[in-house]
Amino acid sequence: MSAGLIARKLGMTQVFAEDGSAVPVTVLAIEPCRVVALRSQDKDGYDAIQVGFGKPGRHESRAVQGHYAKQGQEVMGGLREFRLGTGELFDLGQELSAEMFEAGQKIDVSATSKGHGFTGVMKRYDFAGGRATHGAEKTHRQMGSTGQCQWPGRVFPGKKMPGHYGAERVTTQNLEVVRIDADCNRILVKGAVPGAKNGLVELRPAVKGK
Amino acid sequence: MRALDDVTKDQIRGDIPAFREGDTVRVNVRVVDIKEGKKGVERRERLQAYEGVVIARHNKGISSSFTVRKISNSVGVERIFPLHSPMLESINVVRHGRVRRAKLYYLRDLRGKAARIRERRIG
Repeated sequence: MSAGLIARKLGMTQVFAEDGSAVPVTVLAIEPCRVVALRSQDKDGYDAIQVGFGKPGRHESRAVQGHYAKQGQEVMGGLREFRLGTGELFDLGQELSAEMFEAGQKIDVSATSKGHGFTGVMKRYDFAGGRATHGAEKTHRQMGSTGQCQWPGRVFPGKKMPGHYGAERVTTQNLEVVRIDADCNRILVKGAVPGAKNGLVELRPAVKGK
Repeated sequence: MRALDDVTKDQIRGDIPAFREGDTVRVNVRVVDIKEGKKGVERRERLQAYEGVVIARHNKGISSSFTVRKISNSVGVERIFPLHSPMLESINVVRHGRVRRAKLYYLRDLRGKAARIRERRIG
């Protein structure tokens, strides 16, 4: 476990690598991030940092203001906690920027995926659906059988069925950092990142791999 | 797309000549040969020319590309090049063609005399 950053997804484009190959990249603009509170094993039972990010709204509630005032910090737009591994030290009020990562490093990116609303099983679970022709009637996108017969006489719990799809927390692991633009606090990551454009994403060093 | 233009602007090539569909171009492509010999892996770069008619252009910032068609040994060959790729050493316009559409996919069905393109006078 390790500290991370909050960023905004700007969209995708491509860059050319040194060997001439085109690399698909997602551009992530790092929000202004600051350590606004510390959690410790002795006091809270776990080691973590609380990171504030972004600009505050025009009217933050007294409770939120009080939380920042207690730590002697300026009010920020949002809060996110990152668990720390052993030996990692951060100071209260420390600014976090894109330089936390380096090019070539693998990172994990978490975000809320795009909401698809109520969808069928073909979109939601990649079911094959029915045939388009050859006598198929009204069963082109249906799920088929949901189980057996009189025994067990019920549909097993967890059966994949139509329902709400998307708008959930998704983590994409082991994305390679292609480039870090320190001056504009921007990170280019190889491949796709969950969520919509202008959505908030969370970056952490990769749990698996190197 | 526009918001991300400054991410790629240093990779946009300024040395690309103006050419459009119907033009005949000569593209010098960098080809990398990797030979594994006794002395280890040897990496050599050479130039390979590819000449043909531009039948399509796809304009999209850094992702822009163009398609070049030629008849090689009586077989039609099409190559799609990324316009801003560093693997392209140079692009030379050999002949300007006068065509009336942006995508010349109809050339795929034509052979020989029928596949000729009128020359475009410049200036």
